[in-house]
Amino acid sequence: MFNTLLPYLLAGISVGGQYALIAVGYTLVYGILRLINFAHGDIFTAAGFFMVYLAASLPVGISVPLVIILTVILGFTVERVAYKPLRTAPRMSIMISAIGVSYLLQNLMWYLTGGLAKQYPGLPGLSETVQIGSASTKIVTIATPFLTIGLVIALVLLINHTKIGMAMRAVSVDFETAQLMGIKINNVISVTFVIGSAMAAIGSMLYFTNYTAVTPTIGAMPGLKAFVAAVFGGIGSIPGAMIGALIIGISENLIKAAGWTAFSDAFTFALLIVVLLFRPTGLFGEKTTDKV
Amino acid sequence: MSLLKVTDLVVSYGGIEALKGISFEVEQGQIVTLIGANGAGKSTTLRTISGLVKGREGRIYFEGRDITDYGTQKIVETGIAMVPEGRRVFANLTVLENLRIGAYLRKDRDVIEEDIQYVYELFPRLKERSWQLAGTLSGGEQQMLAVGRAMMTRPKLIMMDEPSLGLAPLVVKDIFRIIQTLKDTGMTVLLIEQNANAALHACDYAYVMETGRITMSGTGEELLSSEAIQEAYLGKSSKK
Repeated sequence: MFNTLLPYLLAGISVGGQYALIAVGYTLVYGILRLINFAHGDIFTAAGFFMVYLAASLPVGISVPLVIILTVILGFTVERVAYKPLRTAPRMSIMISAIGVSYLLQNLMWYLTGGLAKQYPGLPGLSETVQIGSASTKIVTIATPFLTIGLVIALVLLINHTKIGMAMRAVSVDFETAQLMGIKINNVISVTFVIGSAMAAIGSMLYFTNYTAVTPTIGAMPGLKAFVAAVFGGIGSIPGAMIGALIIGISENLIKAAGWTAFSDAFTFALLIVVLLFRPTGLFGEKTTDKV
Repeated sequence: MSLLKVTDLVVSYGGIEALKGISFEVEQGQIVTLIGANGAGKSTTLRTISGLVKGREGRIYFEGRDITDYGTQKIVETGIAMVPEGRRVFANLTVLENLRIGAYLRKDRDVIEEDIQYVYELFPRLKERSWQLAGTLSGGEQQMLAVGRAMMTRPKLIMMDEPSLGLAPLVVKDIFRIIQTLKDTGMTVLLIEQNANAALHACDYAYVMETGRITMSGTGEELLSSEAIQEAYLGKSSKK
């Protein structure tokens, strides 16, 4: 029994960790801007293509940091061009702008790549196969949860114990008063997008090492699931996003183990509906207290 | 030369003129108050000085420098701090962090620590609650924290927007005692109040605002003894 489940469990923890790295970006941006950044899944996809093209001509040791830098620049630019001008607009406007950016990025990627699936390069140290008990898997499966937990801990420390983290927390509750402290709101928001994009870039390396074909719309599904994970964990909460993502990743794979592969995606979205119905603030969500 | 000088300031929000050309001055080391009814434009005045709102016409001078076009960050650096209406402490930050964030732009680490101790001396209640989240404090304590946070920017001028609003009468007394203490330490205070009686007793000089204009000014005593003020703001009828 355990031996048959083990590979599914490993895959679940691994893909959950990858969702977690995307989910962190959703939850960080939501925490500060109250915006669901619909373009986030496409930024994740773009990171995949960056690697495809860079690794074709550069050694991996250089491609990896370059992919992170390019993804960060992309996320930063999207915020400056599509969201910043709408800072004082109604929230619906910026939401629509985010949907627009998502389609723009997808179409750009269709145009630039010709729409064909591209083979993701093997990353040494991650792509090799290892044997764990009865399961044979890629190293990335084992490495993902450790890397994810490490990054999430680092991020939580950053937010709770550094000056920029303190500014992020202040901006997340009160733009105007934060400005009165001399905090430059736009810089803090940019930092948020930079961190979210860097996490998505790392997530994409782990994800595409497992699922090696990159297509322009491939980010949609993991992006959506990461979003569900962020809502499940309590949007705005970073540990919540990670735990939500791990639960979704593991559940999906256990459903596959039970032989209901066709329903594994449906499960995730059914979960979203149940959470929204019975616990809209998620596992660790901020309580909304309306003070008069 | 006065510390703060506002000349012919006009501010409009979406077609409505909130300020219709006001001029006033705040002298160094004084408590100056703007009184007036709701909607007179008092808050708009403070928000414009602190750079949150941009004026359409008029200039603002601080220590003789024209700061009209400065952004909020630069205005904070120049030495103007604000205690916003409703206190607006960062509820999700601890008391200590709220004080530290007041010093966000400062680089002088050692002096920051001294200033925190100074605020704690002034408000021992805050020291006891140093590690508590600011959201758990009482209204009066939050007001102390908002003042302490403003002091942490090392301002030359502190602007207070309705500090007594929504606080119990005993706490209001505390707040005015704090304002007096600030003055005793050499601080200049620009105070907005609906509680005209308390404000006029506390201030050195006062301006009366009505629907975007300054209609009267004088020392606290002068205005307290003015019949028009007594009728309009102090609830005393002159007709017996």
